[in-house]
Amino acid sequence: MTTLEVRDADVVYGRVHALRELSFTVGEGEIVCLLGNNGAGKSTTMNMLSGLVRPRSGSVTWQGMDLATAKPWDIVSAGLIHVPEGRRIFSTMTVHENLLLGGYTVSDAKAIAARLDEVYAMMPRLAERRSQQGGTLSGGEQQMVAIGRALIGGPKLLLLDEPSMGLAPLVVKQVMEIIAAVNATGTTVLLVEQNARAALKIAHRAYVVETGRATLEGPAAELAKDPRVIEAYLGG
Amino acid sequence: MMQLIWNGLIVGSFYALVALGYSMVYGIIKLLNFAHGDIYMLGAFVGFFTLSAFGISNETSIPLLLVVLLLSMVTTGLIGVGIERIAYRPLRRSPRLAVLITAIGVSFTLEYGVRQIFGPNPEAFPIRLESSGFDVLGMRVTASQIVLVVIAAVLMLVLAHIVERTRQGRAMRAIALDPTGAQLMGVNVDRVIAMVFFIGSALAGAAGVMAGAYYGSIDFLMGFIIGLKAFTAAVIGGIGNLYGAMLGGVLLGMLESFGSAWFGGEWRDVFAFGFLILFLTLKPTGLLGARVVERM
Repeated sequence: MTTLEVRDADVVYGRVHALRELSFTVGEGEIVCLLGNNGAGKSTTMNMLSGLVRPRSGSVTWQGMDLATAKPWDIVSAGLIHVPEGRRIFSTMTVHENLLLGGYTVSDAKAIAARLDEVYAMMPRLAERRSQQGGTLSGGEQQMVAIGRALIGGPKLLLLDEPSMGLAPLVVKQVMEIIAAVNATGTTVLLVEQNARAALKIAHRAYVVETGRATLEGPAAELAKDPRVIEAYLGG
Repeated sequence: MMQLIWNGLIVGSFYALVALGYSMVYGIIKLLNFAHGDIYMLGAFVGFFTLSAFGISNETSIPLLLVVLLLSMVTTGLIGVGIERIAYRPLRRSPRLAVLITAIGVSFTLEYGVRQIFGPNPEAFPIRLESSGFDVLGMRVTASQIVLVVIAAVLMLVLAHIVERTRQGRAMRAIALDPTGAQLMGVNVDRVIAMVFFIGSALAGAAGVMAGAYYGSIDFLMGFIIGLKAFTAAVIGGIGNLYGAMLGGVLLGMLESFGSAWFGGEWRDVFAFGFLILFLTLKPTGLLGARVVERM
């Protein structure tokens, strides 16, 4: 069942036409991956979904909510949570405080406590570093904080923008495993990646985005064998 | 010697209360709110207006002072929220200089608005704190001075608790570090910024009432110098840092108290602003403004 539907979305920043009639869908419980090079419009897509940038035309709906006009905080409260590119850890706040901020929109203190326990159990490294300042962590640990922080908000749809950026291959693998595990608990995931090899391993479906348009679409396993994808994104 | 410390502490706690608002607003929207000192003045005038309306003058009651203090805090808090909404929010995405100049405009509007209403001459504040005191450790202390210092300390403790321990406090710190990141956490940035203006303005309003009762006279320009002093205190402590503002305020009070005693009272402001220049050139991050090392 389709939960997120983007149809013919256009986003323009000044003279830059970042998205051109972009259309794609995400089904309930899926991991969908958007592949593309720098500047293809992947981060713009994410920012559009979380209400930080507005489409000039087209429609963006999620669970009946019009994301093109909803306020960013209402989108988060409804359970669409965005783990941004570059992680955006609050550097002088502790790991624990960063996680608590993820629960900003959650009014049920018991739910927050239970999710904190789950996150610490899933990522024991964070438990060890809970009172350390976020800015002093390694890239991989920061990524875990960013994902953990989103989980405290109780996401129904989790957006992940380049979670593997700047990480060592072994750490990328760990992060992808965490994403797959989160998905296994029923959370829908929209993943944006330049690291197509890692992303296609866990994704169910994928789209290739080029200059603001979806140019290819298919099950992840098929796209991984597509010669065009291999040549352009898998270093074939 | 002890007397100088005590006097410095009293004046310093006024500076600290005003510096907190300065520093919080700077921390969260990177604006030097030059109208902040005038909120202190407004606090004093709200107290004056209310008490005069009830025909009260030459009162020495401390409970009455507390009631007026609370009323002034709420009023100035709301005025602060209004100023942010009308004057600063529309300029959120403008160059900083535009907002800074707007703040100066707001400052003049408040000063000369009050002058229009209450006239240019100083007014006697209707609550006077009694001057009979007692001697401890070689200093002359009055009960009302102790009350003022305790009120200031309590307000600062409450503030520290809000900022350090509550959900909204965390949101304030998050916006100060990364407004977009805070939005992605679901923080309603507009509402939290309004909250910061409320708290900062309420603290300045409290300081205004306390200063009215302490010095006995108020006038429409009383916020100008203290605004600059509070800015100095915030810079000394490290602007944007809460404890820095508290420390800076008390420290500046002490510096002035000692400076006046050693060089004469007319040198007080020279001394204070000399320190501002010294800090801006030698340690612009202030005493507590050091940054953590970031890794990617």
